[in-house]
Amino acid sequence: MAPRGTLASAIVALGVLAVGSAPVAAQTIAITGGKVYPVSGAPIENGTVLIRDGKIVAVGASVAVPADAQRVDATGKVVTPGFINGLTQVGVVEVSAVSDTRDAFARGTNSVAAAFRVVDGLNPRSVMIPPAREGGITTVAVVPAGGLVAGQAALVDLVDGPAERMIVRSPLAMVAQVGDAGQAGTGARGELVGKLRVLLEDARAFRQNRRAYDAGATRQLSASRADLEALVQVLDGSIPMLFFADRASDIRTVLALGTEFGFRPMIAGGAEAWMVADELARARVPVLTGAMNNIPSSFAALGTRQENAALLRAAGVPVVLVGNGAGDPVTFNVSNLRYEAGNAVAYGMSWDDALRAVTATPAEVFGVAERVGTLAAGKDANVVIWSGDPFEFTSRAEHVFVRGVEASGPTRQEELMRRYRTLPPAYGGAPRGP
Amino acid sequence: MRRIVGTFLLLTACAQPQVSPAPSPEPAPAGGAAEKAAAKPGAPGAGALSVPEANPYPSTYTPFASRPTVIRNVNIFTAAGPLVRNGAIYLRDGKVVQVGQAVNAPADAVVIDGGGRYVTPGIIDDHSHLGVYPAPGGQALSDGNEATNPETAHVWAEHSVWPQDPQFPRNLAGGVTTLQVLPGSANLFGGRSAVLKVVPSRTVQGMKFPDAPYGLKMACGENPKRVYQSRGPATRMGNVAGFRAAWIKAEQYRRKWDKWNEEKKDDPPTRDLAMETLAEVLRGNILVHNHCYRADEMAQMIDVANEFGYKIRSFHHGVEAYKVADLMAKNDISGSLWADWGGFKMEAIDGVIGNLALVHAAGARAIVHSDDPSGAQRLNQEAAKALAAGRRLGITLSEEDVIKWITINPAWALGLDDRIGSLEPGKNADVVLWSANPFSVYARAEKVWVDGALLYDRLDPNEQWRTDFELGFVPAQRVMPVQPTRTGGHD
Repeated sequence: MAPRGTLASAIVALGVLAVGSAPVAAQTIAITGGKVYPVSGAPIENGTVLIRDGKIVAVGASVAVPADAQRVDATGKVVTPGFINGLTQVGVVEVSAVSDTRDAFARGTNSVAAAFRVVDGLNPRSVMIPPAREGGITTVAVVPAGGLVAGQAALVDLVDGPAERMIVRSPLAMVAQVGDAGQAGTGARGELVGKLRVLLEDARAFRQNRRAYDAGATRQLSASRADLEALVQVLDGSIPMLFFADRASDIRTVLALGTEFGFRPMIAGGAEAWMVADELARARVPVLTGAMNNIPSSFAALGTRQENAALLRAAGVPVVLVGNGAGDPVTFNVSNLRYEAGNAVAYGMSWDDALRAVTATPAEVFGVAERVGTLAAGKDANVVIWSGDPFEFTSRAEHVFVRGVEASGPTRQEELMRRYRTLPPAYGGAPRGP
Repeated sequence: MRRIVGTFLLLTACAQPQVSPAPSPEPAPAGGAAEKAAAKPGAPGAGALSVPEANPYPSTYTPFASRPTVIRNVNIFTAAGPLVRNGAIYLRDGKVVQVGQAVNAPADAVVIDGGGRYVTPGIIDDHSHLGVYPAPGGQALSDGNEATNPETAHVWAEHSVWPQDPQFPRNLAGGVTTLQVLPGSANLFGGRSAVLKVVPSRTVQGMKFPDAPYGLKMACGENPKRVYQSRGPATRMGNVAGFRAAWIKAEQYRRKWDKWNEEKKDDPPTRDLAMETLAEVLRGNILVHNHCYRADEMAQMIDVANEFGYKIRSFHHGVEAYKVADLMAKNDISGSLWADWGGFKMEAIDGVIGNLALVHAAGARAIVHSDDPSGAQRLNQEAAKALAAGRRLGITLSEEDVIKWITINPAWALGLDDRIGSLEPGKNADVVLWSANPFSVYARAEKVWVDGALLYDRLDPNEQWRTDFELGFVPAQRVMPVQPTRTGGHD
């Protein structure tokens, strides 16, 4: 290709892009005629969702539509809150086998990276974002992994960047794991738990006497100042501590630690959570799990089953559906969350509960229910219009609004398919080649 | 095989190698070596040894006891014609006897009222690693990649298969009745595949599909060059040179043995296990399953095949198959593909949801494969995703077209389309009764018959096969009463 990319033309191109992706201000949109699932209340036939300046201003069967509103006809369609995928690496892992596109795994010190904020590496231009949005996902949790304490997760809306504009809540949770002793830099489960306990005790000691710590007048603590400071948020209850844990006994360990140190636990993965469903329900501990895995893939996950989510829900546990099947559900196929919900229904969950598990429940357990997860006045206008049942393969998200702005423009996949729909392809400017 | 990075990032199958396909029986299109090599297909399953008729590891499978069975009041995807609405199917002695609006069944037949549900042929997964990468994972049971040399055509997947892998009954419960277990994709030549019935057995011999042709797994691209970085091949050109050098030897070996078999003079030549396998590919008796992601590399593998006169039966994974679907159609190569995987490594970044539909539209055989023990249980759902994507691209597709992607097309890739893959009189009675249209997310396999024998019944705990491993280790899971069809708030 001829080197025609002068600086000037590059700047012009960027300018056009920037204008095209700028948030549309002061716009009123009325979605009318659809079957509206506010999730916070009963479904509304022939309902209207009124959006102004990125917020929902009214939802109901008899909402007056202002004359200047842009109308979107949703007759025969289904309208839901934007789906929230509570367990992703969107924006921090681009091509997982290419190390310099991976920003979800901190090195840490001695397997502890509590101070690591995954959102500091978020790439708002990730090509994973448009297809996620196209699948009706408007909000994702970006979750670090690795070590004993992996770092701090963030919740972001899939709006255009910069990153700080995308953030709904950060830090969202402190992420850790029990069950993989080796990854925690230990040799046995009990040693892992001991290490965690020492860490939390040290964070407690640090919180009680920061001045002495800074003066060097305390005993040696097991983590850096930054890590201890980060863990204080957990002890203070300002953020929950999200544990990857599969074995039933590991999950009980988390519950016990939560009681001992007074933090709010959450469980991710939770292969055998159904075995301790009653204890989880009593402690009101949320579980992030999926419905597409029944493989006893490790000795910690021998009880893996697809009914997990349904059994937990039946026991009263707050369930957040996340991907747990094949095909990169945390990056490339984040949008497959809706099929996770469909499978949860096939494996015993009610349809309403499955919808709740990808909308209102994640918003509640992450403490952002005043912003996202339901369709109600005052909430961010994250709204999806589906051609039919959102969980079915035949349906698609026809309109996706994030903070009142409709997602548009082809995804990278769509551009590739357009190019190769007729073979041989045209490469832009050049005649069709072999 | 997947590998866990951190605590939850799953690197899919292709972090490790895979392979597939095999040559079709038609003569190769190229001249010279091709014509000579594809002279005439040998008898499949004859052991594929240099010494004809030898079959040292024969199948001992025999069908399980069955009763004449009629499934009536069902919608039947036959994979051989239009949907039979409100029809019936009659199975006897392990075979399909009749399919139609009504069947003539004897009075002693078991009659199952399908209640308007759906019936399909048994699902066929032509890219599985069950038994060679069993659950639970770990080094002790990791037997899928003989990653000690880039050329290991001498190994046979069946010698790695653990019949007590708990993934087998889970695949059966997903409606899968036949699968091709492939070696991994670390090597240029990964070894021979094992085509298995998904049935309980003490031995792999008891699972082997009788007289199924063997497959040979080949792999191009990132995996071999990454695994053998230090000793080579370390580049894609090294990969191709490695293939060519091996085929040159194989061609010589084949000639030597064919001559000796004809003349039976003097001592036979020395046997070489790797060369036996490759020579059988050249004779058209072993089908080549070629793991290959990128379009340009698929085109090169077609050239390699033409240079040496063998055929590629299927490109596996082929996330860029849509870019060369015309070449695949022209060379009669199927695409064993995922519905929507991609992005996890550089050779996978151009994966598109329309891949299967675009390959189908170009006239090549589209196959939904799994490469994954979970994905295999939902090949119907993967097909449904690909169907929806194709229609969005404006491609005319019917459910009758798409059911073939998980039945008769993979049967063809395995060289078994005369026995399985469709519901027609005389074919093996591998049958699935679904709770709903299998292209719905809410559908589940309810009953699965293999050769006419009911081997899985979701609602009957007595029909739930549990492997030895599961006893004690894996909690017995009572069947949850679930709604047979879509339920809940949306209508």
